[in-house]
Amino acid sequence: MTLTANETVLLKVEANRLFGRKKLMSFGLPAIVIAYLTYIAVAFDVPGLTQRFEVDNARALVADSYSYKTHIARDNRSGEITAAIEGERKGTYPDGTAPEWVTLGGTETVIDLGDSHVVTYGADNFVSYDVPGYGLITAQPSRSKGVQAVLPTATVPEWISASKNRMTITTDAGRLTITRNRTEVFRYFTGWELFFFTLDSPYSGLGVGEVMSRALGGEHAEIWQNFWTNKMWRHADVAWAIFETILMAFLGTMGAAIVALPLAFLAAKNFTPLVLIRQATRRFFDFFRGVDALIWTIILSRAFGPGPLTGALAILITDTGSFGKMFSEALENVDKKQIEGIQSTGAKPVQRYRFGVIPQITPILLSQILYYLESNTRSATIIGAITGGGIGLLLTQAMITQKDWEEVTYYIVLIILMVMIMDWFSGWLRRKLITGDESGH
Amino acid sequence: MTDQASSVVDIRADYMAQVRRKRMMDGIILVVFIALMVTGFMIADDRNAGGFWEGLHRIFDFPKEVLSEAIEKIAELPANLWKYLPSLIETINIAAASTLLGAMLGMLLSLLSTRGMAKWPRLIPLFRRIMDVMRAVPEIVIALVLIFIMGGGPVPAMIAIAFHTSGALGKLFSEVNENASLKPVEGLQSVGASWAQRMWLGVIPQVAPNYLSYALLRFEINIRASAILGFVGAGGIGYELRNAMSWGKGQYDDAMAIFLLLFLTIVAVDQLSSVVRERLTHGKTQKVAS
Repeated sequence: MTLTANETVLLKVEANRLFGRKKLMSFGLPAIVIAYLTYIAVAFDVPGLTQRFEVDNARALVADSYSYKTHIARDNRSGEITAAIEGERKGTYPDGTAPEWVTLGGTETVIDLGDSHVVTYGADNFVSYDVPGYGLITAQPSRSKGVQAVLPTATVPEWISASKNRMTITTDAGRLTITRNRTEVFRYFTGWELFFFTLDSPYSGLGVGEVMSRALGGEHAEIWQNFWTNKMWRHADVAWAIFETILMAFLGTMGAAIVALPLAFLAAKNFTPLVLIRQATRRFFDFFRGVDALIWTIILSRAFGPGPLTGALAILITDTGSFGKMFSEALENVDKKQIEGIQSTGAKPVQRYRFGVIPQITPILLSQILYYLESNTRSATIIGAITGGGIGLLLTQAMITQKDWEEVTYYIVLIILMVMIMDWFSGWLRRKLITGDESGH
Repeated sequence: MTDQASSVVDIRADYMAQVRRKRMMDGIILVVFIALMVTGFMIADDRNAGGFWEGLHRIFDFPKEVLSEAIEKIAELPANLWKYLPSLIETINIAAASTLLGAMLGMLLSLLSTRGMAKWPRLIPLFRRIMDVMRAVPEIVIALVLIFIMGGGPVPAMIAIAFHTSGALGKLFSEVNENASLKPVEGLQSVGASWAQRMWLGVIPQVAPNYLSYALLRFEINIRASAILGFVGAGGIGYELRNAMSWGKGQYDDAMAIFLLLFLTIVAVDQLSSVVRERLTHGKTQKVAS
């Protein structure tokens, strides 16, 4: 079979047209994407971001997420010296004790900041800071005369900010701040402070081996109690918050499935011949899904107040819409033959549904429900941040203080782990239940 | 004969025992499930500021209040809708831009983590773990951190949603990739095409309809996400909603307009995307048939 000249020309035209369209696609699509992103950059004022970007905030956040500082402060009126981790009451050393790099003396307190940086609190509020490679800085703060700083050089280096009432010396080793009423120095350490035991616990500062051997020696309950009620990290509260978040997701997802299943029959073409009921149910689902979880959360929190129940109900209502839609689609795809088979044995309608329909749709339903369970764990974190429940609330609370970034990091790590574990768990359950179901029938 | 009869009886007894066991297992699972639901509900009810039963009859109070005020000021509704249109557009833009960026990054990650296509086959597990972590991060976490660093506005929300989206889409995309034929890739390799060329010309044309379908589904989800992030200070219609809510009584006509805009947008995108996705998958089967 040979092609006539006419057909060849036609084929050529066709091919050219295809190539033309391909060319248009391969150049047009990236062009549209770039154009849209440029528009977004202008509309969102991305160039202005460099001005709004707060480098100090970013630096504080990053530094605080993996390190902590220990404050050694002296009240210049009473002469009292306190050592506190992060300057918080919860992390204060008991009176008369201090970390080992601080030597408490009767009149003189020597603070070794490491790398030969030494700060000395002397008598009569006298302060000296020996900076290697620069010299000895001294100050004699008093209520009437101000800080009275003496620097070894005539020009003030940029890492020192000095005025009559306040002097701040920032070095790699730490920071010394002197005002009329207060002298404070802090030193940075890597790690999360007091993660296991706070300073008032008898186990604080002991090594892992020591604590383990004591635990084996019969103190495990007490050790656990000390860890669990840690005032700084509040492990018990955090565990409870995570439980609450998972509870919200569980109640919401399962509740939605229970509500949606009977309604889905009303929305399926092959079970509800009446167009009116079917359409009404479907619009019902669309409405529940369309009014977002955010709006449901707002409406429900007015009635029930903030808390996990509100979050669970918000998830329940939104997902009733989603599940209703998916379940009714699954119901429309069921095989008629099995139902007829059941019917031929003289089964009543309820029995027909139970033995003819439910076994067919169970695997689909289960896999969708479990998928939503995982996704709702994430939603519950977000809803919790708005409605005030679970780990989402702890996260926003820690962020509002703008200094507990190590706790924020801790919560973020926990949230990611929680979601990943739920993801793994729902996948495992899905495989287990669905394959188990098939072999069972 | 008697032998056979006894074996039938045996089989029946065996079967009935199995059925009983299964029913019992089902019953136990059901009881445990109900117990979990009830205790879970009771705990949640206990931890809530207001109880479920006291709150139940008040559930319509707030919608009624909002609606009655909105109906009172029905004349202002068109003006209000117009007033909040720009912030709605911002919300949609956040969703669209983050879906676009997330899809591009997700595409890259999925190609790098599919066997047979990966540029560095040894790093496949690494890229998979990266996607898992990205998927697990709720948007609000990144958004709150970024709001602290860069101040409020649409950009933190966009980055946060794009981050999560690339993980979520990356996983779906890599499932699509596994079903793609590797023959075009091998063909391109034999003529000396680079990795980028092999992917762009050999894989993407095969998987583009499915990618687009998933991206549209994600766009729908991201509109909701960007509305929620607005509520915590990331711009868009969610931010306006929080303001309108905090003004309280007297501003409920504003809240109503925002509710309406958000609802209509979500429903419209939902319908639109399901139509387009239907066409995308339908068009493909037609091509195969012809």
